[in-house]
Amino acid sequence: MWEYSEKVREYFFNPRNSGPLEEANGVGDVGSIQCGDALRLMLKVDPGTEVIEEARFQTFGCGSAIASSSALTEIIKGMTLDEALKVSNQDIADYLDGLPPEKMHCSVMGREALHAAIANYRGETQTDAHEEGALVCKCFAVDALLIEDVVRANSLNTVEEVTFYTKAGGGCASCHEGIEEILAKVKGERSGPGEVSPPMKPIAPKAAPGLTLVERIRRIEAVLESVRPMLVRDHGDVELVEVQGRNIYVHLKGACSGCMMEAATLGGIQQKMIENLGELVQVLPASYMPTGISC
Amino acid sequence: MNPIYLDNNATTRADPEAVAAMLPFFTEHFGNPSSIHAFGSQVGKALKEARQKMQALLGAEHDTEIIFTSCGTESDTTAILSALRAQPEKNIVITTVVEHPAILSLCDWLEKEGYVVHRLRVDKKGRLDLDEYRSLLANNVAIVSVMWANNETGTIFPVETMAEIAAARGIMFHTDAVQAVGKVPINLKAAKIDMLSFSGHKLHAPKGIGVLYLRRGCRFRPLLRGGHQERGRRAGTENAPSIVALGKAAELAIEHMARENTEVRQLRNRLEQGILSQVTHAFVTGDTANRLPNTSNIAFEYVEGESILLLLNKQGIAASSGSACTSGSLEPSHVMRAMGIPYTAAHGTIRFSLSRYTTEEEIDRVIAAVPPIIAQLRELSPYWNKNGPVENPERAFAPAYA
Ligand SMILES: Cc1ncc(COP(=O)(O)O)c(C=O)c1O
Repeated sequence: MWEYSEKVREYFFNPRNSGPLEEANGVGDVGSIQCGDALRLMLKVDPGTEVIEEARFQTFGCGSAIASSSALTEIIKGMTLDEALKVSNQDIADYLDGLPPEKMHCSVMGREALHAAIANYRGETQTDAHEEGALVCKCFAVDALLIEDVVRANSLNTVEEVTFYTKAGGGCASCHEGIEEILAKVKGERSGPGEVSPPMKPIAPKAAPGLTLVERIRRIEAVLESVRPMLVRDHGDVELVEVQGRNIYVHLKGACSGCMMEAATLGGIQQKMIENLGELVQVLPASYMPTGISC
Repeated sequence: MNPIYLDNNATTRADPEAVAAMLPFFTEHFGNPSSIHAFGSQVGKALKEARQKMQALLGAEHDTEIIFTSCGTESDTTAILSALRAQPEKNIVITTVVEHPAILSLCDWLEKEGYVVHRLRVDKKGRLDLDEYRSLLANNVAIVSVMWANNETGTIFPVETMAEIAAARGIMFHTDAVQAVGKVPINLKAAKIDMLSFSGHKLHAPKGIGVLYLRRGCRFRPLLRGGHQERGRRAGTENAPSIVALGKAAELAIEHMARENTEVRQLRNRLEQGILSQVTHAFVTGDTANRLPNTSNIAFEYVEGESILLLLNKQGIAASSGSACTSGSLEPSHVMRAMGIPYTAAHGTIRFSLSRYTTEEEIDRVIAAVPPIIAQLRELSPYWNKNGPVENPERAFAPAYA
């Protein structure tokens, strides 16, 4: 199973600021007992300065749900409401020295509760915003707006990541298509030219400088190094297997391999290779390599 | 403080005697049992003895009915695929909704391949409806596969009766007895069971050794083809050390069977009573009147299982949970959902599974540890108010947009 950081364990075993807050003037409830986690965040806000003087929580859920709730109360105490609204789910995860990927939804829930509590204090009804967002995941009641928000804020790329962060798609799987559409939409906004552009769009190669073999491999490795952080974030990795003429064979590992993103990933790497090597090359999965050696 | 292991349905500690028995087969007796020389024949003899011990534990008529495999999952897969390949004219599999994933995932895949799968449902206590079962037995049923005992709740299914009903219709019957062997008396020569799966690591043998019992005369197609090992029914050089250890474990299991049903059962009951007399809003899941003597699955309302396990673990107590957070998915275990456990409790189920090594002192420590843990977590829960659940939790807890 997952390993929790020392900080998560500490905040779970000795939660700060738990229990009801009688003088609360802003309360936010998110989640439900059916879904397996629920969080109530209670704030005592100074009406003059809008400073959060006291924050407490009550949580039903796993270790990281309780730790995230507690961390959130520690983070926001002393902030003004406007400052608190800038706290992201990643801030909560960072405060705890990270959460296992499967548990990122706990941090998202914390942020949602925070927004709900502030809206409650200000007398706003959040329902408006969320009525616009169509329910995407019916199993866990997650709507399009939340998914879009989280995909954008955390640069998510896959359905699995969306599930880790929001739970959406973790039940019957019938909404995966809807999640993919949202991912595609946000990615469209995000990607500058050349990033997730369609593969195989050859650009005019710069004048080939006649690289030595060693120099060529070095540059290929450098390109792979530059994309590696992106892949690692998706729990994957890439490895150079062989260079044969214009064909560069790589091994995509972990979450990237076999996923729908594989083609797009290879296309993106290819584009970078062409730019950096100044020649037309093809980046292919190692499985395409002509075999001659056994074992 | 010594750690307390109450997760024996997940895996068990290998018996030191079983380990001692296997060690020489890594070094002195390393030969390949198929070889003609002395190195090989010594090992061949040891395998035969182990086979006979396994035969005795299962009450099989012939020792050749025992096939050694690599694990319970392999035995399950072999049994079902064999039945389908040996009877190509039949295309239906009958099983239950509460099987281990070793069966359920295979059946999901078979469905995609075009086979028809009927999954028998269970009631609130996890029991099958035999009338529904009878009504599904048609001529083109290739195999019925029903677990002997459930790994999560310990609930025992009437597989001997079900096998007779199938046999009367000429239908093959397989049982996943991975959790049952060694804990309930099994006498296959008097039963109509055609195939049975077992896994050594659930009974104090090492991991990575399994058994498929195959009744003499039952039509069979191997999963692994290659050498003539296991009479051509399971190719691959035998895992001699583990087979020898399994033989020893089988011998010990026969010796200790009575203890499972007396001492272990008493300790399990003591644990349940001890916890339930102190913790309100908690109940035992499964068929309490008819279950494995070592298993207790308790649902704690308004708390979440992973949190309970983390706090138990802090005190050196190991158990497991069917909660969503620990089942590796976001939903509670399929067994709990199949029984319709109310949602207030489905996320808070904890399985305690004992073994013959469990002591009364350990059980008393667990009885003392659990109630404060549940109280502590309920204290944190928005659904709990001092001494009981908040009234009408749905309304009291009101997300702005749910
Ligand atoms: C009922 C049941 N069947 C099958 C298995 C799988 O056995 P193995 O881990 O040896 O493949 C298990 C163990 O987890 C089990 O409890």
